Amino acid sequence: MGAGHSHPLHLPGTSPVHRLPAEVKIVAAFLGVVCVVLTPREAFAVFGGYLVVLAAVWAVARIPPGWMARRALIEAPFVVLAVLLPLTGPDPRVEWLGLSLSGPGLLGAWGILVKGTLGVLTSLTLAATTPLRDLLLGLQRLRAPAVVVTIATLMLRYADVIAAEARRMRLARLSRGHDPRFLWQVGATARGVGSLFVRSYERGERVHLAMLSRGWAGRMPLLSTERTTPRHWALGMAPVAVAAALVVTAWVTT
Amino acid sequence: MTTAVPTAVHVTAMHMSDGLVNAPTAAVFGLVAVVAVALAATRSRADLDDRTAPMAGLVTAFVFAVQMINFPILPGASGHLLGGALVAILVGPWVGTLCIAIVLVVQALLFADGGLTALGTNITNMAVVGVWVGYGVAVALRRVARRSRAGLLATAFVAAFLNTVVAALAFVVEYAVGGAGGASPGTVLVLMAGLHALIGIGEGVITAATVGAVASVRPDLIHLLRRGSTTSPTSPTGTASSAGAPARADEGSPA
Repeated sequence: MGAGHSHPLHLPGTSPVHRLPAEVKIVAAFLGVVCVVLTPREAFAVFGGYLVVLAAVWAVARIPPGWMARRALIEAPFVVLAVLLPLTGPDPRVEWLGLSLSGPGLLGAWGILVKGTLGVLTSLTLAATTPLRDLLLGLQRLRAPAVVVTIATLMLRYADVIAAEARRMRLARLSRGHDPRFLWQVGATARGVGSLFVRSYERGERVHLAMLSRGWAGRMPLLSTERTTPRHWALGMAPVAVAAALVVTAWVTT
Repeated sequence: MTTAVPTAVHVTAMHMSDGLVNAPTAAVFGLVAVVAVALAATRSRADLDDRTAPMAGLVTAFVFAVQMINFPILPGASGHLLGGALVAILVGPWVGTLCIAIVLVVQALLFADGGLTALGTNITNMAVVGVWVGYGVAVALRRVARRSRAGLLATAFVAAFLNTVVAALAFVVEYAVGGAGGASPGTVLVLMAGLHALIGIGEGVITAATVGAVASVRPDLIHLLRRGSTTSPTSPTGTASSAGAPARADEGSPA
């Protein structure tokens, strides 16, 4: 129950990637994924190139590839869509292990899976190397509206508290014999959600009063005075440049 | 087709991944999302002035925590609340849009849940379409909701059900516009509408029960039931007095 200073996907470290300002990493991750999305799905080898770029970043950030692989298995409901595409897609059909699969459907499924996976790996890299505080600082420096940054800050500070409260309520239900299996047995859980809202809201009222009494005037204090230099940007954009070169290669060759 | 969900699955609905729609489509909906969030940030001040941003923060934390609570659909299959209609009813559409959008941004940046380039489509579907459909339905039924507790629960159920289904249909539109797969929009429509009608029932039941639970303890907190609800301030001092809600305020708010 740490007070919101860490998050489950963070891998603390002091590598150059960890020390890079968050806004540089957010922009770099975003542009990298844009390159992946822009790549034609027929350019099979180029997707391997993106993986090599990511692996290089992991090597610099000292993130074990196994750590990444385990967390990349995030439940992806759109995998269902990707599985269905080859079965329901248009002709021509391809025979495979006795199944008649759609050629364009297979290509579509491949595209969704490979781009989705590279996207998840990129987001994981960002999450692994960026602590909460830096992320908020990054949002602030990327000119997100002040009210958004304030809400996000408080949300991240209190998400653990509220989640822990929800966990305790669940434990309390379970220890009183609550074992819901069907949707119509969901009443107790839902009433728990209701009281969780009331408790969260009332906690918000108390937090607001506490902040007022400590001089809150509607703006978060500046989270850091450190400056982001062009060198940081150059460093962060290096993998993006490689990704851009890859996407251009893909366009030229396919 | 909806039975293709294997056992012990967790139905995480509608967090689109990267590459599901092509880049121009993602860019257009990214723009829609930016405009919507900027507008919500401005307009939510009517419901929530700068000084009461902490409350919005805690409501957002609540949405975040609620999305971690699993509820059973059938043995082996569980889902979680999306909360669009719920926040629209509880805190109003502008603050609701802001809350859900911030949850989605944090999930994309810190939890790799939903692609970075799909953030625009995800915010459009869940924070804009979802919240506003839920709110629109709730406002249309406000007369019913004010009349009785059953009316309030029914309103919450219908709002949450339609919120889920229409948000899924928004995905189908995006897929039809710029889908990167090989399936016909018709197939995707049947799949998404069917799956999300099921999810929507769960969402509706939970939302109704949650709104009911809040109504019996702190009816004054329910934005939908406030008189002249869009201008009513959410100041911490004025909550107990600004009634305008059905007389069901049981004693005993949790300390």
